[in-house]
Amino acid sequence: MSREATNLLYLVTIVTFVLALRFLSNPATARRGNQIGAVGMLIAIVVTFAQDAIMSYWEIGAGMAVGGTFGAVAARKVRMTAMPQMVALFNGVGGGAAALISLAEFHNLAPDPGTLQTDISTSIMLSAIIGSISFAGSMIAFAKLQELIGGRPIVYPLQQATNALLFAAVLAAGIAIAAGAEQQWLIWAVVLGSLLFGVLFVLPIGGADMPVVISLLNAFTGLAAAATGFELENNVLIVSGMLVGASGTMLTILMGRAMNRSITNVLFGAFGQLAPSAAAAAGGSTDGQVRSASAEDVAVMLAYAHKVVVVPGYGMAVAQAQHDVRALADLLESRGVEVSYAIHPVAGRMPGHMNVLLAEANVPYPQLKEMDDANNEFPRTDVALVIGANDVVNPDARNNHGSPIYGMPILNVDQSQQVVVLKRSMNPGFAGVENPLFLNPKTVMLFGDAKESVEKLASSVKAV
Amino acid sequence: MSHGLLLTFEITILVLAIFLGFEVVSKVPPLLHTPLMSGTNAIHGIVIVGAMLVAGADHKDTLTTIIGLVAVVLASANVVGGFVVTDRMLEMFKKREPREPDP
Repeated sequence: MSREATNLLYLVTIVTFVLALRFLSNPATARRGNQIGAVGMLIAIVVTFAQDAIMSYWEIGAGMAVGGTFGAVAARKVRMTAMPQMVALFNGVGGGAAALISLAEFHNLAPDPGTLQTDISTSIMLSAIIGSISFAGSMIAFAKLQELIGGRPIVYPLQQATNALLFAAVLAAGIAIAAGAEQQWLIWAVVLGSLLFGVLFVLPIGGADMPVVISLLNAFTGLAAAATGFELENNVLIVSGMLVGASGTMLTILMGRAMNRSITNVLFGAFGQLAPSAAAAAGGSTDGQVRSASAEDVAVMLAYAHKVVVVPGYGMAVAQAQHDVRALADLLESRGVEVSYAIHPVAGRMPGHMNVLLAEANVPYPQLKEMDDANNEFPRTDVALVIGANDVVNPDARNNHGSPIYGMPILNVDQSQQVVVLKRSMNPGFAGVENPLFLNPKTVMLFGDAKESVEKLASSVKAV
Repeated sequence: MSHGLLLTFEITILVLAIFLGFEVVSKVPPLLHTPLMSGTNAIHGIVIVGAMLVAGADHKDTLTTIIGLVAVVLASANVVGGFVVTDRMLEMFKKREPREPDP
């Protein structure tokens, strides 16, 4: 196929990807958009197969069958609660592929001195570095989310100094490559060093900061793909990679903003480690009494309310309580209670996590309210039902200058008439921060596993 | 076309893609941020094109071919998994379930 025809067909692919993103602006068209994008991808693959430069069809076909089967099976089997780790995994393999492409390119081109032009060698080293960091970082994020390793931050002395030194060394090797050094060991050093850096840089980041990290790694893989495009002088890679880079960057910024923390603070702060001392310093607000209630009491409260707002958090995902929550909401709605859901942007382990879980439980999406809309509704709400959420409803973020989470935008559940908090125990949340909401006279606590508590609530509401 | 001129075109396309990316992505509501993430995940699976070109080219040594083929495997997992998982997710977003007729 001629280069002209190839590039025009690649342009078709680019257009389908832009449409896929455009259609995502509305839940009614989003699925169609994704299918259009998939067709565009198929076009790009077929066009690439038709290139004269491609010699080994069978090997490539076999490789695609192996990878594709794995991807399809994993994507079909994964439970919605495990979606964050699945996203991390697919993100990682993409970054890994970009890194391997640059490794192979360098291996193939470099032995003849002078064949590598500066822009090609620069993009080779960029996609090697970014792709490897993205791969290793995503794998660690996957392991943390899958609970193969602890979700708590892992810290050790001189951590940041070690990471900084390692990164400087990787960068030095990369610059040597860009400047024209063509020794093979250099590219291996860049890849291995970046892999190690990717591991070390995600290890100290705690579970609750995962929405930021996953978004950032998403942006990284996009940038790695774009760098690969420069390396192979291929437009479709440059544009698609950059679209992903823009999306990941925007999500990273939004997630950081939703926590009122800079990206640097998330990445280098090891939050959970610092928080307890800060929380202790902020003490004094701990006087007051926790009132606990029985499921029957809460059921009466819910059954006679006009308006109930459910505030889900990671606890709901862990307990897999979304279907029971939906069943409870159905019961309440059949009694004429208005039910909606207030979704904080960083509730859960990735952007929009709660929306996906509740959609899985067949909650109609118009009932899923964004933070600002929900906050307008709380003053008119009779009961706010907080299920496994903690920091995102902590009034200290609004009132207490000493709190480590001060300034973070929260869901103002304390403005509703009554608050019910479903919680496993009085242990503080991930950040180790006290939550005065639990001591608020409006609040009652219902202790126990979220799923069991919601089931009990449902059966008690039936009995009311 | 000279190599330098090609590079300037590529950079032009890159910069325009950045603006285009922010423009379309900023219209995606928070409701769909997870599908956005997994959908863009699928899109960066486009590295499969690069992987195929590298794996399929006439090579001087086997190592390059092997590395290229591993890249093909990873990228195809990325492409297929990304689109399938996004489709599964988006299928769930419904305005109202069909079994509940409006009174």
